[in-house]
Amino acid sequence: MADESRFVTLASNAAAPQALRPDVTSGRRRLPLAWLATVPFFAYTIAFLFLPAGSVLIGAFQDNENKATFANIRLLFHHPYIDAYRTSIEISLVTAVLGAVFGLLIAYAAIRDGTPKFIRSGLTTFAGVAANFGGIPLAFAWIATLGPLGVVTTWLRRAGWDPTEHGFQLFSKTGVELVYMYFQLPLMILVIAPAIDGLRKEWREAASNLGAKQWQFWRYVGIPVLMPSLLGAVILLFGNAFAAYATAYSLTSGTVNIVPVLIGAYYTGNVLDNPHLAQALAFGMFVVLAVMMLLYIPLQRRAARWAK
Amino acid sequence: MAPSAYLWLGLAAIYFILPLYATLAFSLKKNVAGAPCCTLANYSWVIHNSDFWHTIKVSFVLAIETIVISLILFVPTIYWVHLKLPRLRPVIAFLALIPFVVPPIVMVVGLLRVFQGTPHWFYGEPWGFLAAAYVILAFPYMFFSLDAGFRAIDVHTLTEASQSLGASWPTTLVKVILPNIRAAALAGSFLALAIVMGEFTIANLAAFHTFPIFLQYVNESAGFPAGALTLLSFMITWAAMGSLLLVGRRRGGRGAMIAGTR
Repeated sequence: MADESRFVTLASNAAAPQALRPDVTSGRRRLPLAWLATVPFFAYTIAFLFLPAGSVLIGAFQDNENKATFANIRLLFHHPYIDAYRTSIEISLVTAVLGAVFGLLIAYAAIRDGTPKFIRSGLTTFAGVAANFGGIPLAFAWIATLGPLGVVTTWLRRAGWDPTEHGFQLFSKTGVELVYMYFQLPLMILVIAPAIDGLRKEWREAASNLGAKQWQFWRYVGIPVLMPSLLGAVILLFGNAFAAYATAYSLTSGTVNIVPVLIGAYYTGNVLDNPHLAQALAFGMFVVLAVMMLLYIPLQRRAARWAK
Repeated sequence: MAPSAYLWLGLAAIYFILPLYATLAFSLKKNVAGAPCCTLANYSWVIHNSDFWHTIKVSFVLAIETIVISLILFVPTIYWVHLKLPRLRPVIAFLALIPFVVPPIVMVVGLLRVFQGTPHWFYGEPWGFLAAAYVILAFPYMFFSLDAGFRAIDVHTLTEASQSLGASWPTTLVKVILPNIRAAALAGSFLALAIVMGEFTIANLAAFHTFPIFLQYVNESAGFPAGALTLLSFMITWAAMGSLLLVGRRRGGRGAMIAGTR
């Protein structure tokens, strides 16, 4: 901490004469050696993060003889690959927006005045755990609930309303979206709770003193203040759903046409005739997520403005 | 309490509890249609299944290996960065965030390409290939836990005090710094444990037999025992995250982070 504040003051006094700051020059002389201690970390990062990521990047632009080509990338824009991206983005977008809206409503219901304190701590604890329920166990839990032999399906059938006869299929896109909400909602609750805390009581009191109605407070104060956090959360939730593989794979036995499942099929289904196509598909995912990250950073900065 | 608060919390409770209840109900069902409830046969099936014990051991040892490698890699680096190279901190924070942009499904494609043809002890063994990948998956969680831990202590004073008493660098790190960031190291370790015990994507594409792979195999082949196994898997996550909250509360730091494997 001491060091950080020293840097801040140094930066603001950049015009001060060198002689007054002997520690800067001596610090610079030590720097080359101090770097050495971080070599193992950077070596590991290069070997297991940068090399693989770079190899996906390069492989996406190579053909089977390792010659440069755009053919794989061009294929991404054609059937069935473009459909996979469309389904992936659609599922991620739907679950991100619905997750953000309902997550906000649930979190606000737990945090607002009048709700007992234990509900809030109980909800955040549960959300912390449930945000980590994912993959194979989650898929099974939903098959046990709404699958053809599921507990709720049986209840509904006994009550005379068969969901499968009304067009509901757990193994469909809608089913995947319903299941994804199980990790999207808790993530939203965890992410948005601090932002809701940032909505100060004084603002609401000031608004009502000035004669604002409930909806006017939300329209002109609440939602605008929460907006950067909300948009940031939508992007976070989008990435969360976009990267998911295991849940959808297990739920639909690999029949839902999303990009991760398509990539997985190339490696597990013995149909790996062109590994570069799988690399191109992975590269496409990386591009989508990188764009999302670039949108996320300024929103995060904007949202931090209202944090306590 | 406002009526709308009842509504939203009630709907949330139904949505979140039903699948857990259904899993429990499945795990207690008999394999015969119309048989009366309930039986523990599915749990006994799990306990007497040698593949279950084998794969859960593989996943657990992998988790321990991932935790040890991550700690060895991160603790000295973050310590050094806080002590001597504060300007490097944003660089490491950025690197630790990259696994969010490069999801497991993309990472495994690259890892398979780069390390194809490397010696069997690495490429063919979970202890090599998978552990190396899992350390990367644990990056964000390890870094942000440990970084918060180091920020909460006065690294400079502790180091100067230790060294002026004649301690060497290793002694300072192990006997002075490590006990002070124990809660942060534990928090990072529990997150890593939760990740590795549930990771399916990389293990499946690289064809290793870990616990989640076994779980998926049982899902496809035996419905009712799968209920028991799923509940057990939820319990592992619950235990890891519960322990995390316990150490987090004592530290007074922030609550749980998201260590999902989807």
